[in-house]
Order: sequence, then C-alpha cells, then structure tokens
Amino acid sequence: MGDFGKNAEAALASAKLRGNLRRAMDGLMAKRGAQFADADEWSRLRALGTNVRRRSLARLPELLRKLEETCTANAIQVHWAETPAEANQVVLDILRRNGAETVVKGKSMVSEEMHLNGYLEENGVEILETDLGEYVIQLAGETPSHIIMPCIHKNRDEIAKLFEDKIEGAAYTEDPAELTEIARKALRRRFAEAGAGVTGVNFAVAETGTLCLVENEGNGRMSTTLPPVHIAVMGIEKVVESLEDVAPLLSLLTRSATGQGITTYVNMISSPRRADDRDGPREVHLILLDNGRSSIHADADLRPTLQCIRCGACMNHCPVYSRVGGHAYSSVYPGPIGKILMPQISGFACYGDLPGASSLCGACVDVCPVKVPITDILVQLRARLEKTKGLSLGSVAWTGWKIMHASPGLYRLVTRVLGLVGGLIPRCAPLLRAWTRVRAKPRFAPKSLHRLAREGGFDHE
Amino acid sequence: MAGRTYPAKPEAVYFFGTCLVDLFYPQAGLSGMKLLRREGLRVVFPKGQTCCGQPAYNNGRFADARAVARQQLRLFPKPIPVVLPSGSCAGMMRKHYPDLFAGTPDEAAARDISERVFELSEFLVHVLKADFTDLGAPVKVAWHGSCHSQREMGVREEPKTLLRGLANVELVELERERECCGFGGTFSVKEPAVSAAMVADKTADIGNTGAETVVSGDCGCLMNITGALEKQQSPVCGRHIAEFLWERTDG
Amino acid sequence: MSESARDAILGRLDAGARPPEVPDGDFQVMAGRPGTVSERIERFRTAIEAANAEVHATTPAGWPAFLMARLNEWGIDRIAFGRESWAGRQLIGDRGEAANGLVPFEGAIEDFKETLFACDAGLTTTRGAIAETGSLILWSGPDEPRALSLVPPVHVALVRTGSIHATLHEAMTADRWRDGLPTNAVLVSGPSKTADIEQTLVYGVHGPRRLVVILLADVPGGDDGP
Repeated sequence: MGDFGKNAEAALASAKLRGNLRRAMDGLMAKRGAQFADADEWSRLRALGTNVRRRSLARLPELLRKLEETCTANAIQVHWAETPAEANQVVLDILRRNGAETVVKGKSMVSEEMHLNGYLEENGVEILETDLGEYVIQLAGETPSHIIMPCIHKNRDEIAKLFEDKIEGAAYTEDPAELTEIARKALRRRFAEAGAGVTGVNFAVAETGTLCLVENEGNGRMSTTLPPVHIAVMGIEKVVESLEDVAPLLSLLTRSATGQGITTYVNMISSPRRADDRDGPREVHLILLDNGRSSIHADADLRPTLQCIRCGACMNHCPVYSRVGGHAYSSVYPGPIGKILMPQISGFACYGDLPGASSLCGACVDVCPVKVPITDILVQLRARLEKTKGLSLGSVAWTGWKIMHASPGLYRLVTRVLGLVGGLIPRCAPLLRAWTRVRAKPRFAPKSLHRLAREGGFDHE
Repeated sequence: MAGRTYPAKPEAVYFFGTCLVDLFYPQAGLSGMKLLRREGLRVVFPKGQTCCGQPAYNNGRFADARAVARQQLRLFPKPIPVVLPSGSCAGMMRKHYPDLFAGTPDEAAARDISERVFELSEFLVHVLKADFTDLGAPVKVAWHGSCHSQREMGVREEPKTLLRGLANVELVELERERECCGFGGTFSVKEPAVSAAMVADKTADIGNTGAETVVSGDCGCLMNITGALEKQQSPVCGRHIAEFLWERTDG
Repeated sequence: MSESARDAILGRLDAGARPPEVPDGDFQVMAGRPGTVSERIERFRTAIEAANAEVHATTPAGWPAFLMARLNEWGIDRIAFGRESWAGRQLIGDRGEAANGLVPFEGAIEDFKETLFACDAGLTTTRGAIAETGSLILWSGPDEPRALSLVPPVHVALVRTGSIHATLHEAMTADRWRDGLPTNAVLVSGPSKTADIEQTLVYGVHGPRRLVVILLADVPGGDDGP
C-alpha cells in the first residue's frame, strides 16, 4: 500500500503548495470552461470523441496489426514490449546500435511509466528533458506532479533559485520570460548534437502509419527532426483507426488540457527521412508498450480506463488533486485517472490506497472529454480490492451492517437504541475520532423518522 | 433535470426517508412528507425501509449492498413515484440499482424503481409545480448542492428555484458552488486530512457570503458542513431544504 | 524478445472477450462553418493573430518584393529557404541568386546545420491553412526541409488564400491526406510558446519566437493586399 494519506497530510501542511495549486487549477478550469461554452457543441464533440475511442478499443488487436503493417511499409520500425523493462531494453539497444550517447526527450508519460531516464543514466546514456516543465523537474531531481504541466507545483521563485544553482552562468531572475530564455539557450545546441530523440505519441493512426504528437514549445519537433534517430514510445491503447478520427480527439485534447483551440504544433510523422529528403531522422522506431493494458482490455468493467487521452482535465477539476498535488499519489499518473490506472498497471500492493482516496464527487466525470466513467471504475476497483482481503474487522463490520439493514425489525430496534444511547458513544471511538478532528459529533435524534411518520399519521405500510 | 420526462401530479407517493435522515435528521424527513401532503398527496412511508445500500456499494461491497437494496425493492409495489429527501440516495436508486441487479431476478424491479425515483426538490418543482408563500423573517441563505444530486440526478437549479421563490429569502451563491464539501461517506474518515481541508474551504466559502443559514438537500453534506461550522463555533447554522421550506411556509 | 512480446500482447487481446462492435460516430460536428473565402481568411487571421502571429497580405506575384522590402524592418539579415520549392524558385527568379540575405538550403541538414542555426529566419510555403484554429499546414519534402520552420528564430510562411480550409477535418478529407502523407506534416498555430512557469505565457521557447504569415490573394474574394 502507498502512503497517500500521509503524503496528503504533508502536502496540505504547505500553504505555498496549496496556493500554487489552487491558482493554477482555477486558471486551467476557467480556460477549459471558455472553450466549451457552447453546451451543444461540447456534447456532440464529446459523443464523437467517445465513439472514436470506444471504436478503437473494440478493434484494438486489428488496429495494432494494421498499425504495424503501415508503419513498417513507411519504414518506421515497430517494436513490442510487454513490460517497462523490455521497453527500456529496446531503447537501449537502438541507442547502442547507433552509437548514441546523448538523448533529447520530449515530454512522454509512457517514458515515465518506464522510468526510462534512470535506466538510461544507469547505462551511461545522458538523457535530457527538453520540455520546459520537464527540464525544471529533471534539474530538481523530482518527478512530474501533473501529466500536462509537470512543474505546476512550483512557483517562479523556486524555479529561479533552481536555475541559478543548476545552470552554469544563469543569473537569478523571477521573470518567466527570462527563465524561459535561459532554458532555450541551455538546450538549443543540445538538440543539434544529440544522438537520438525520444518522445511519446498522442495518437497513432493505423490506416496511414502516422504518429501524432502535440506540443507548444517546439522541443517535440526539435527532438524528432534534428537527431539522426527518433524513438517514439506509446501505450498500445493510443491507436486510432483513421486520420479522420484524429480531428475530434485533437480538438477535445487541447481544449480540455489547457483551454487552447489547438496547440502551437501538431506533428504528424509518417516515416524517417526519405532518399531525397534533406532532413529528418534516418531511423524512426515505434515501441508499443503493454504494461498491463491488454489485461485491462480483457476486462469489460475496466476497459473504459483505456479510453483516456491524457488531457489532465480530471486532475484540474479534482477537489482532492487540487489540494494535495500530484506527488502525494507517489505514482506516475496522479489525480482521478491515476487512481484508476495505477492500481491496474502496477497492482494493489503499491496503489491499493488510491481507489479509496476519492469522495466520488464525479467532477472528473463531468469534464472527461471521452467519458471515462472514473467513479464507476473507482467503485469497481474497490470491489476488486475487497475480494483480495480476508476476514478483517472491516469485513465483520460490513457484515453486521448488512444484517441490520436487511432486517427491518432489527434495524428499527437498533436505531431506537441508538436514539436513546447513541450520544454516549465516545469521541475516540473508531471512525468518530477521525470525524471529530474538525467536526462536532453527530447527534442521534431521540425519535426516528419511522416513529415521527407513524405519530404524524402517515400511511406506514 | 433537463431531459427527464416528469409525470403528471399523482394522487399518492412513496416516501423513502433514508437512513441518515432517520437517525440524525428526522425533522427533515417529516417536513418533506408534510410538504407533499400539503400539496394534496397521500404520502406512504413504507415501514420496511432501512437504507438504499449506498455505503456498501461505494465501498465496493456489492453483495452487501445488494442484500440491503433488495430489501428496499419490495417496498414500492404500486406504480407511483418514490420521493427521497436526498439527491445522493436518489442517485443510488436511479443510477446504480439497474447495474447492481443486472443479471439477477430482481433486475426488472430495480429498473422499474429507478424510473420512479425523484429527489424531493425536483419533484416539488417539476411534478407539483409548488409555489410557496413565505411567512418567515428576512434571512440570507447559501445553497450547497450535493455532488450526487448535481451529477447523478442532474438536480442543480431546482432547489435554488424553490429558495428564490420565497419572498423574504435572499439567496447568495457560493464562489465554488459545484465543489464537493469533502463528505463522500466513508471518505471523510478514510482520508480525514483531505476531507478536513475540503470542508474547511467549503465553510470558509459559506462564511464569506455572509449567509446566516446554509441550506442543502443532502444530510451527509449537511452533517459534514454543520459539524465543521459547529466545531469552528461559527454562527452560521444549517438546514435541510425540506425543513427550511416547511418552517417558513407552515401557517 | 520483440517477437514473443508481440505474440503475447496480441494473444491476450485476441483471447479477451471481444467488445461489442461500435458503429461509426457522427462527424457532422467537425464540419464547422464553411463560409466564403473572405470569411475564412478573416477567421484564419483572427485566430492566428490571437496566437501572437503577424499577418500581412500581398499578391502572388508581388510577395518577393514585399518580403525583401521588409527584411530590414523585421531585423532579418539572413533568411533560409528551400531552393526548389515554388517559393524558392520565384524568389531567386525575382531577386537573383546573389540577392543580399538569401540563404538557400544546400545539401542535407548535417552539412547545413551550422548555417541554419546562424540564420535569422526561415521561409516556407504551406499546403494550406485552417480558419477555425488559425493553423498553417506545413508539408515537408525535399524542397521544404522541416528545420526551416523550426530552427531560425523567425518563421515566415506563405499562405495562398484559396487554400484556407474551414476546419482541420475539412482539410484532411477534402485534400485526401490519407492518400499520401509526407514524412512530416505539421500544423503550426503561432510562434513557439510555453506556460510552464506559473501559467505565464512566454513566446519563443525552442521553436521560432516570431511567426510572420504572408497571405497571397490567389482567388477572388480575398484580401488584395496593400
């Protein structure tokens, strides 16, 4: 089990973190809201996007075979990996074969799933994050706290200090434009000199063998254009059937994520450099990572998890995430999507506490552009987790609860007793202790509604 | 809610009080029943009712939830509406009963009931087209809608419509009206720190409006919010909307 | 490893209960407003300007003169371009091979990298543009190297007004992209930007800081330029 509760408590104690997060989330929610002001358009586009994702998943094995076929025909080399370890090995083999010692990386959550940076560093390869937010995170030796805005938990003073300490020749400045300029200068030549570029994939198109990447900074284009080798890593669920399918998903993705009608760059890669091309990588590799996804796909109740397009809107709107931030989850994917995805790809042993860490308020479901039924899946996972548990105090208590509430006579007797003596239950009793940390003790009513209804002359059949 | 077809005014309704109301807020339930009776309905309170089963369901205890929910399925044999003074419990019956009983002999009964379930304020507004005469003193109130009422029942505007219809009531909106108060059933005790932060923000939001009373349609939220207000020794008090409406309109 | 991983993954997917077939969705919502040419130009201009691009208008014949006259004003000493693109041929034809500041892309990127990193601007053609999102459609090829629109700090793009589509969906279907995509097709909707530091918008991260769009009125109904 993870330490969500403990981490959350620590995060909540930081007024600065809470301020940073609240401000950021408020901004993101407002921008997304403005994009979908037309409720009719939102509902139609959302229905279409959901349809595209469900249709893709319904045909997943065929589409993956087709993608392999079209990519191969386009001279993109396709590799399959069941586990992050296998995927890492594939990356390292490609780098070794090409003599690449330095890698520039565009933001990729799948590479985070693989813990690729650590793996390559252990094997003597320098890997450089180039997305500004990821660059900050790498300098700080942290992990991303948000899937779209990796350093959203940091404010400008923290970044200013970090740059001053870690980047040679960088003077202290809190101006975001100057900070960005420092990063631009530090990274610019690295793109030109790197032996390979590694990126993720937002959508892979089966019919054309095309890899779509969205980004704003240009680092994704740099990483896929200048180095002689491009390695793209993607989860197997990211495939869609046709190029046409990309249009609604792209619109939903960028508008949901950051409230942009479109990102600055939408990069569609369909092959390595061709004979008469003047630039572009000489090799393009696509690594298809499973990491538990095929098992999720086989389970009808959990399959909709794979509809996700990683926009991050669920975390931006989550009352839990917006208070504790991404690091409290100790996971690659935080927030509502992380709560359902992490236990499924990494197991209950590590992430069994996440499905419970939700009030099931459903704010995430309201804004999910592809209708992932996050709360239903949370409940489903809670049920799966219950099944793994043996006899415990909790299970005995639930059985008692069931017996009482399935027997109206017993129920009325118990509630009558509680009405008389419930007030005597001490504050330190289980559950009540947690409750009364910030709340008064609930008061049992002396007369139940059952009794008042009878006394009030209502039909009491 | 938008999109739901509402029936014509019936002669009688079932009232499902919910366990929280039964134990902690019986006056809210009684007020709800009196409001319905005053509108000319015969209100039936089935004696066998206990709990909708939601606590077990939300915790993934499906078999326990089914055992308890099955007990409730038998209580509403006549084809008349079932009204609940809770959006959350109504949501459980309306949205989750069909799934909970899918593939069991009770599936048809579960579907039938899910079609007949109404949250009290939506029933008052859409079916009874209730129009209340306010007899109370001027008061400033804030509304807190529960997450499940908003998202599972689609009930967002109805309670506010009722409150705005009261001449001496000034309704002030919360800055983050749609945000969860941090109750979430067992969430409040399983993740006490996060829940505490959420309810602290909610009570601060309420405090900032200058409202004297916070009104809600769900007793879980109410117990959470008023419990925190009381602990903070805030002068703001809480009321279930049924009780609030009855108190102000009972000649 | 790769072979067995492939078989294991596909094997699990094949063995799993087959999800019910999902019929195709309704793409009607993607159609947007078609509009007249001038409406599309206006929408394109408004959208891309909102993303901090500069938009100018001139004629298909007059743009080389228009461009050269402004290089100074825009602070551009050296502008790189594809020699064999229609724009490159027109530019050289109009101004001559040795015109001041013109740097045709020579050889492969490996040989041209140093020169390109020292250029102030890159000039590219476009396959078209998208009104709804204010996007340029860049279509790479031997005559249009990818790095031209990426490495120099200023990107100058030529857009024929007749090639502005209403939406991305219309562009890809009407223009039949599926029948032949280039190595790299890119939609560009403004200069490079980031909001990673406190959600403060900053232009010019790794890509160009400035995006200059020159509209060429090649169909009636468009802007006829200055």
